[in-house]
Amino acid sequence: MTDVNSPDFLKSYRDATLVKKVITQIHQRITQPWTLMEICGGQTHAIMQFGLDQLLPKEIELVHGPGCPVCVTALELIDQALWIARQPEVIFTSFGDMLRVPGSEGDLFSVRAFSGQVRVVYSPLDAVKIADDHPDREVVFFAIGFETTAPANAMAVIQAKKLGLKNFSILPANVLVPPAMHAILANPKNRIQGFLAAGHVCAVMGYWEYPPIAEKYQTPIVVTGFEPLDLVNGILKTITLLEEGQVSVVNAYPRVVTYQGNQAAQTLIKKVFKSVDRNWRGIGTIPKSGFGLQDAYQEFDASKRFDIGKIKTEESEICIAGQILQGLKKPSQCPAFGTLCTPETPLGAPMVSSEGACAAYYRYGRN
Amino acid sequence: MTQENSDHIQMQGPLCPIPHHHTDTVIISHGSGGQMTHDLIQNIFQDQIGNQYLAEGNDAARILFEQLEGQLAISTDAHVVSPIFYPGGDIGRLSVCGTVNDVAMLGAKPSFLTAAFILEEGFPIQSLYQIVSSIALACKEADVQIVAGDTKVVEKGNADGVFITTTGFGIIPPNRQIGGQFAQTGDAVLISGTLGDHGIAVLQARGDLGFDSGIQSDVAPLNHMITELLEAVPSVHVLRDPTRGGLATSLNEISCQSQIAIKLDEETIPIQPEVRTACEMLGFDPLYLANEGKVIIILPEKYAQKALETIRKSPYGHKAMRIGSVFHDNPGHVFLNTAYGTTRILDMLSGELLPRIC
Amino acid sequence: MCLGIPGKILSIYEDHGTKMAKIDFGGVSREVCIEIIPEAKPGDWTVVHAGFALNLLSEKDAQETLNILREMSELAEQEENIHRD
Repeated sequence: MTDVNSPDFLKSYRDATLVKKVITQIHQRITQPWTLMEICGGQTHAIMQFGLDQLLPKEIELVHGPGCPVCVTALELIDQALWIARQPEVIFTSFGDMLRVPGSEGDLFSVRAFSGQVRVVYSPLDAVKIADDHPDREVVFFAIGFETTAPANAMAVIQAKKLGLKNFSILPANVLVPPAMHAILANPKNRIQGFLAAGHVCAVMGYWEYPPIAEKYQTPIVVTGFEPLDLVNGILKTITLLEEGQVSVVNAYPRVVTYQGNQAAQTLIKKVFKSVDRNWRGIGTIPKSGFGLQDAYQEFDASKRFDIGKIKTEESEICIAGQILQGLKKPSQCPAFGTLCTPETPLGAPMVSSEGACAAYYRYGRN
Repeated sequence: MTQENSDHIQMQGPLCPIPHHHTDTVIISHGSGGQMTHDLIQNIFQDQIGNQYLAEGNDAARILFEQLEGQLAISTDAHVVSPIFYPGGDIGRLSVCGTVNDVAMLGAKPSFLTAAFILEEGFPIQSLYQIVSSIALACKEADVQIVAGDTKVVEKGNADGVFITTTGFGIIPPNRQIGGQFAQTGDAVLISGTLGDHGIAVLQARGDLGFDSGIQSDVAPLNHMITELLEAVPSVHVLRDPTRGGLATSLNEISCQSQIAIKLDEETIPIQPEVRTACEMLGFDPLYLANEGKVIIILPEKYAQKALETIRKSPYGHKAMRIGSVFHDNPGHVFLNTAYGTTRILDMLSGELLPRIC
Repeated sequence: MCLGIPGKILSIYEDHGTKMAKIDFGGVSREVCIEIIPEAKPGDWTVVHAGFALNLLSEKDAQETLNILREMSELAEQEENIHRD
């Protein structure tokens, strides 16, 4: 809601004049090259959509991080999702983002076309409603997302339990940001000097987890929002910290984010989920980097409810998604970029999601 | 089929041989070509869209063309929209307007349509009546006649309620050349009104995404507005209605056909605030949503203002805006100048528009 | 990963024991679960993601951030002019 009708305290975050003034300050402040990572796919999308990267000083290299759950959801999980979706008694529900992510063989979109019932939902609670409306079918929800989506996914399970639904389950696939940041920064090839932290993840979780990370890796972290003014403000603050040699965590999104975060959300998440090791597509297993269901809610785990059996999981050999997601390579450095791999014929997830680094580059960056 | 009759009937295959005069839903016999088909056509179709051509009762229509100079424009469309009824329109209105507009986009005056219906067994007769009502109204508004038609019924599950295929005909006056291949460097690019209305109205009617807005489909016949435009400004180069794939896709097609580039100014593109909001909620770009009552006009720069003034007088052109220009460098591409002074490429729609959380 | 947009709470109700709200996003409204912002009242602003309200949106903080950025920009411009003179 940032149009002519929206109130000033919201629509000003798209004010072109103010955005340009902040960018001018970035130009004034910067004296040397810096490499920053924006961890959130939504931020990548916004930067590309408004062309903000074209206005920044050349000294700033913006690396697009693995902040796109679509891109990092493990291939095995996608293959499990495809297997479940193909079962005749199943209505498979998912956010739209996941429909075209390639599994080892096909994607959810092709399952929908060919045989299965695959339905796009805007909210996990809509999936619960579908289960309630179709007691004769097994309704499975693909619970992807970062901590931002975890409360909604948890609520779906709680609601299903409240309603006494026996035909609803989720395929747990949530991933967590701080372990990913650790993994990126701990990599000996890491080039990231400053982080724009994901504003909406922090709205839920707060940013109390970040000072130890900043300290350990001597990397400033700035909690950043998604509007153009938020993004340039986040970048300005990060550059300022870097230029002054300061390692700290700053909240540049105070209208939604507090240090402790949303306690009620965190309680809800802990009630339903527990931390588990998770395999990140293209990166590998990161310990305690995902959410699985607590014992009390095991009955809602689709991976246990269905006898999935052995699935042959095969990643494309050409796709270098892992290196791109960690910021080690740019999409333009991939031999298949724009030729074998396009949004119509994606080889890997970052080309599918509109936030994926490769899709963003393809759509917005080929000037 | 009443209980007392069923004992005496010899079923011949899957067809029910007993004619029914009153049914609430479409049944297979309605498509058999026999009495029931005749009754259906008479009661539902002829009553509402009858004319001298249909009244002849033959399998084809005889049309006398008084003016045979110029070219014949023909267009055909299959309409499978779901849901069938949505705010601002229905499949009936869409099928007439869609084809009328396609013919008008060549600068032709649409005169005649054909309409073929594939009905799913079990489809409510009342709904069919309503759809044909909409068709009749749309034809009247557009001043076109349906001169030939067909009706078939398929078994339940083999169609989504009703599918309609329409074909339209019109004459393009001599010396008029309008088409996607005629855009020229230096031309102005106009749009006749707000974008994305139809796309969002249909999505809302589907109910899957659970939002409420006052957004109505813009489905409308544009031929009269185009006639007035071409009378005021004969040198229009391109007319195109940005339907599936939206403005971005249509402009990409035109830029390839004409081998030119188009640059748009984002701030000038008219989009209703509610449409913008709905798009932001779902993660859609309004430039890729379907429109069924809008036209892109590409014409020499010097006539742009006059064209805008003319269109704005039409009920379907109040919000017309100039949104960009045609260039010769980077042919086959469309660019968008953002409010921040940056430029990005506007590609064609790839795949299907899907809502996202990311 | 977080398509969240701001909206204003119009009304609050319960659905099967779950706290819900009707939220206006600028002419478009939707039913949203507000279970994790129990302190919310009609008239409050919130950020919504996937049919779920994430947190309250503070108008005060929003305005403060804008004020600071506007002030900083002005100072920066003045400095720039001084350097030029």
